[in-house]
Amino acid sequence: MNSIQKNRLKDQLFKFWGIFCTLIGLVLLIVFIGDILIDGISRIDWGFITDLPSRKAEKSGIYTALMGSIWILLLTSLIAIPVGVAAAIYLEEYSKKNWLSGLLEINISNLAGVPSIIYGLLGLEVFVRIMSLGASVLAGSLTLSLLILPIIIVATREAIKAVPSSIKDASYALGASKWQTIWLQILPASGGGILTGVILALSRAVGETAPLIVVGALAYVPFAPQNPMDEFSVLPIQIFNWISRPQHGFIENAAAAIIILLLITFIMNGIAVYFRNKWQQKWK
Amino acid sequence: MRKIKELVIEKSLFTSALVTIAVTVGIILVLAVEAVRFFSEVSILDFFTDTQWTPLFTEKHFGILPLLSGTLLTSFIAIAVALPIGLSISIYLSEYAPRSFRKTVKPLLELLAAVPTVVYGFFALIVVTPFLQEIIPNLSGFNSLSAGIVMGIMIIPYVSSLSEDALHAVPQSLREASYGMGATKLQTAFKVAVPAASSGIIVSIILAISRAIGETMIVAIAAGQQPRLTLDPTVPIETITAYIVQVSLGDVQHGSIEYRTIFAAGITLFVLTFLLNTLSYRIRKKYHLKYE
Amino acid sequence: MEPTIHKNNTQDLKVNEVLQKKPPTIEVKEVKVWYDDFMAIKGIDIAIKPNTVTAFIGPSGCGKSTFLRLFNRMNDYIDGYKMEGKIKINGKNINKKKVIVEVLRKEIGMVFQKPNPFPKSIFENVAYGLKIQGIKDKNFIQKRVEKALKQADLWEEVKDNLKKSALALSGGQQQRLCIARTLAVEPSIILMDEPTSALDPISTAKIEDLIRELKKKYTIIIVTHNMQQASRISDYTAFFYIGDLIEYGKTKKIFTNPEKKQTENYITGRFG
Repeated sequence: MNSIQKNRLKDQLFKFWGIFCTLIGLVLLIVFIGDILIDGISRIDWGFITDLPSRKAEKSGIYTALMGSIWILLLTSLIAIPVGVAAAIYLEEYSKKNWLSGLLEINISNLAGVPSIIYGLLGLEVFVRIMSLGASVLAGSLTLSLLILPIIIVATREAIKAVPSSIKDASYALGASKWQTIWLQILPASGGGILTGVILALSRAVGETAPLIVVGALAYVPFAPQNPMDEFSVLPIQIFNWISRPQHGFIENAAAAIIILLLITFIMNGIAVYFRNKWQQKWK
Repeated sequence: MRKIKELVIEKSLFTSALVTIAVTVGIILVLAVEAVRFFSEVSILDFFTDTQWTPLFTEKHFGILPLLSGTLLTSFIAIAVALPIGLSISIYLSEYAPRSFRKTVKPLLELLAAVPTVVYGFFALIVVTPFLQEIIPNLSGFNSLSAGIVMGIMIIPYVSSLSEDALHAVPQSLREASYGMGATKLQTAFKVAVPAASSGIIVSIILAISRAIGETMIVAIAAGQQPRLTLDPTVPIETITAYIVQVSLGDVQHGSIEYRTIFAAGITLFVLTFLLNTLSYRIRKKYHLKYE
Repeated sequence: MEPTIHKNNTQDLKVNEVLQKKPPTIEVKEVKVWYDDFMAIKGIDIAIKPNTVTAFIGPSGCGKSTFLRLFNRMNDYIDGYKMEGKIKINGKNINKKKVIVEVLRKEIGMVFQKPNPFPKSIFENVAYGLKIQGIKDKNFIQKRVEKALKQADLWEEVKDNLKKSALALSGGQQQRLCIARTLAVEPSIILMDEPTSALDPISTAKIEDLIRELKKKYTIIIVTHNMQQASRISDYTAFFYIGDLIEYGKTKKIFTNPEKKQTENYITGRFG
């Protein structure tokens, strides 16, 4: 075999290896989901969603955890979206190139890489102890808000950057002020992109477990939270708790709860992708 | 009036941006204050040289090495899985695959990173460990091997997507020059595209390592809660992150030495990931300059 | 273009050199090209004469670059590309399954529109083609690199800086480096896709001198937008228009006394 034939052979072999690697990722994803469906689908019924947690696996439901997750999702959105979008607008439209903007830039990039459990330690000390919020929904939401802030900021900045500057020029030329231009032109034009980033960030928040454990969210809460100061549990923590129990019934429960959690995550991701595609088409 | 309104808006936007600085300062202060209190009771030398970590026992040892080794061992296994697969995927997608295939597969792979980590933990403990026990009979129910492998699968898209972006940014003209001289796609990929995209690829790998080191739920569920200084992937270990979870789940008094251990462990974790993130940020800045 | 099996690479290249003494013949029969549903080449016949410079001219989008890239099968990697018809080099159909495209491209070099040196040293750029063939003989590579750089009239300017990054060279030097890189693998045919369109007039003149010199040893096909350039350097000219070959003949004839009205309109600058 001469060297050209050898090289062609290597080329073909790598191609098959590449296809294999690509498919193995996807196949594993399918195996994961398939396995969990087999383990858990039969456990899901209306009672599973509306029942309170119990010591007996077959009587346990996810009601309190699901309500906790919804509370967390809503409060986190209320806190993180305004702050994140505002910070992004400042960085994209107002900030001048100086030491401060450089610092903000490095800082946000770094925050995005801080492990989520570290945010839990921050929340534990600042919100739970110093601000005496206790292990409440509010403390958990504040903690997760800080966690997803960098994600929202980065996504919003990308979306704002994609708006053609001609739109800005047109608005200024008609005598609009800076804020009017941002509020009436830039934000509507970048809305789809911002929405995509926000939904992806929130889907991340729904799946987070570790920081909420550190903040003190409970594995067993007898009632769904009624106000932001109540104690709470969330779906991932409920799942974690069930996985840690030896009885097989709880594993089934965990699988069933995972199906619900994955459903929420994938629906949120699907909506995000839908908005992204719709929004990208607008600028083509 | 209008001027005042504009100014108020600008200031409030600016305040929002400052929140991010406050978060960093907050993290550093919280970790540092509690760590300083911790080190007033435990000598730094012991912390870094003692080979046992038993703060929750009556005979207390505060050596971070077992937790550190657990963290590095699981991360190493994860990277050993994610790096070859992720890089191969990125090269295949950017150099070989038809565009339509690439466009459908990339978001699907990214879904791997969107799955909540507690789900991966379930998978590692309930599926992968029993499966591996068929092959390795003396594998413990909790071990770093299956936790590491599953974590590797989770971070595949971190490597593949970012590396693919970097490869995609390499000008097509360089590839054509190489093909034009009779190079195969493989030769072109490894001799031209990969070297030209090397900084982007390195950034993706560093971020994946940083992600693996900070990962919590998979290791907390599947790797065990036994801090031990070992390279054996078949036995239970404990990572820094899993230890913080373990203490948080228990009933530890605020202000006690046990309570402070999680901040000492946390600052170790933070410094590790901070160094990696800063390194990747530096490389990324340099890399942007190269292409713009 | 047969995939011949050789004992080792140095010998492989010697056979290559023998081949070059016999100038290659190029025949194109009824070639059509599609990109998805768009027909880019609508059925072209042409025979290129050996050891000459043939210029492909025509307005943008007329298919001349696509056509040029057929000879070394560079279109193969484009999504939706489809081709019909025959291209024979030395009597062998280059689109046959058994033709090894890597061998074909070693035989038919290509220089591109924008200088595209690899982000490597000058030496590594020129040695690249040899190294990918698996040649390890350092002496041999050294000699070849020097020879190629001399042929491309770049040696005097870079001989003391071979380790320097190719990206540090000027645009004109980069393009001559790309030509040297092509020459180093000793092809018999060189395809040039608007090689001077990104260069200043002085660098362009240097490349044109080089093309005139290279024609003694190589068959050159050049796509150009610049009609003065076509008339200055080519022996034959082919005029393309919307995927068709309108007229092909001696350059002098095409530029002084074209047969077709469209050709005349184009070269006199009435459209384009």
